[in-house]
Amino acid sequence: MTVHFKQETFRDDYTYSNSPEAIRRFPFPFDKDEYMYSVNIEQHMPGPAKSPFEFPIDIDEHYVSEMRDRAITLAQDPKRCQSLPHMITAEWDLVELLMESMAKHYPELFTLTQDGDRWRWINRPLDIDQTFTFGDASTLPYPPMEYITRQCQGDFALLDQRLDNLWMDAGMITSQADWSLDFDIGMNFLEWHAPVPLAKDMAIFERALKFLLNLQQGRPVRRLNWTMTINPRLDTSPENYDKWGADRATVTPENVGRKVHLRVELQAMWRLPRSNAIVFSIRGYLINMDELVTVPKWARRFHRVLRELRPELAEYKGLTRYRQTTIDWLAKHDDGAPTSPGFQPD
Amino acid sequence: MSGGVEIAVVVAEIEQAARNVKRFRFAAKDGGSLPHFAAGSHVVVLMRDGERTIRNAYSLIDRAEDGSSYRIGVLRTPNSRGGSKFMHERVSVGDELRITMPVNLFPLFHPGRKHLLIAGGIGVTPIYAMADELQRRGALYEIHYAVRDEAHGAFIDEMRARHGDRLKLYRRDLEEILAVDQILPGQPLGTHLYVCGPEGMIEAVLEGGLEAGWPKEHLHAERFQTPPTGEPFALRLAKAGLTCEVRGDQSMLEALEEAGFDPPSLCRGGACGQCAVDVLEADGELIHNDHYLSAAERASGEKIMLCVSRLKGRELVLDL
Repeated sequence: MTVHFKQETFRDDYTYSNSPEAIRRFPFPFDKDEYMYSVNIEQHMPGPAKSPFEFPIDIDEHYVSEMRDRAITLAQDPKRCQSLPHMITAEWDLVELLMESMAKHYPELFTLTQDGDRWRWINRPLDIDQTFTFGDASTLPYPPMEYITRQCQGDFALLDQRLDNLWMDAGMITSQADWSLDFDIGMNFLEWHAPVPLAKDMAIFERALKFLLNLQQGRPVRRLNWTMTINPRLDTSPENYDKWGADRATVTPENVGRKVHLRVELQAMWRLPRSNAIVFSIRGYLINMDELVTVPKWARRFHRVLRELRPELAEYKGLTRYRQTTIDWLAKHDDGAPTSPGFQPD
Repeated sequence: MSGGVEIAVVVAEIEQAARNVKRFRFAAKDGGSLPHFAAGSHVVVLMRDGERTIRNAYSLIDRAEDGSSYRIGVLRTPNSRGGSKFMHERVSVGDELRITMPVNLFPLFHPGRKHLLIAGGIGVTPIYAMADELQRRGALYEIHYAVRDEAHGAFIDEMRARHGDRLKLYRRDLEEILAVDQILPGQPLGTHLYVCGPEGMIEAVLEGGLEAGWPKEHLHAERFQTPPTGEPFALRLAKAGLTCEVRGDQSMLEALEEAGFDPPSLCRGGACGQCAVDVLEADGELIHNDHYLSAAERASGEKIMLCVSRLKGRELVLDL
């Protein structure tokens, strides 16, 4: 597979955009005309060719620019990457998972050679050729989790399992939808989900936790989540709220198409072998409204989802300021025709 | 979960490790390497006995350095329901078996400052793996291992060689008693205790820990158990429209599997909760043997675990 990597930015002049191919493969998250939470977890099995589900780790045309944006964020705020000391084994597990998957599915881009503990990793898009000893952190220029996640799209949290709970004890979080690793580190699954409205009454997180505690090696799972972002900004963190929060007030009927983005997270979870930890990956995809409405079914459906969304959810997702403006804009692209079931474009 | 990833293995070595304990070395059938696992993990071994498949969970002792094999230890139990007897009498070097992916229901508490590992008899198998992992991580630990007599030599020799005087041995034939009130005093704050052995020993150690004022979050036990036997009863699945009999020597899970039904399950030992199902009707008394359901859930009479619990009575109807 040849991927043409775009040169683009996720801050300041915001030159990010999707090619027509990237629009077609966008993981549109609504399979019907309305949305409510559910424990929408499924096996993380290989999906259709060219889709974001084709391989366990998805590398796309934004790879090089996203990695550059991550480096900028880390340089300004090193606390976006943290790991408690007992997570070192899980960090190595993650190195193995990501390197093996990337090298296997994108052999033109990445090569991994393993000779016992002596590993050589070649990353052509980022021009890296590193020989190191697996298990010996002193042989890498960064700690193991930081090293590999500076080279892999998506945020990553490593969850330790103990006392029948999951604990967020390590992570690389630079493209988050308004939550903070520095705030959540050391918290357990129920603690860090506590702010989510409505879910408590539905016992969603108790059920999800029970499910994840039994997650098995070799049987990864995934789910889709979504929110909206103004401008194609990856770093919508609480730490930098002053840099992006006010953008929500800048949406006008004239600029909805290019400013308002649907942000979809492909969240995948793997049981890690040596550490028994779980890696929780949050792979984000951004698409603006101009791009979205090039798929008529998605235009109709997203209009209806947004129109019917419960106010608590709109508030939690931070959409309230620009929701109605966006609905009005999308209405012009919804002729009321029925939509077919499922996520796919017609 | 049943229907999970299974691995075909070949028995590479069998060793009489103690009077009633055999140690088996399994190698991947395809000659490749077996998955890494975290200490405290078990696998379920699937044994084909004619038409029947026996499934027993065993803790993993270790994985060969080159990844080529695992070891498990199997105690021959006098009232074996088939599994340990099969492993002892019917399995030979070169035989093929299937195992599930490792699952860990007895994890180390890695942020702990120190770790006390307490084993009785065959309970040594997960403790063996834990001691190795703590040593690899450079953690502080002690091993307290109670055995009947010297005939438990194989585990003792290996652990002595690896852990030296961190291993404290208690031989019942020499009237050496593993007493928790002797071990706990003076342990540093932040110490975690792990116990695996006979049910009575586990209870005594946990109770001793609580009496000594330890927080229960610092006391960990492998509470796995084999399904207790009992009286036969009839089982009906309301949705599937299936009826079968649960014999006295089998669990509901085993009876359903024998009848060709494949309910979700994982540990088969009452610990993980995968096989908990809703009870619709019970003509008799529910006998809960698991360590998963809360007291309130048991009292409600609305849930039961297929792997270890049963009915004392005529018929049980489940929402399956």
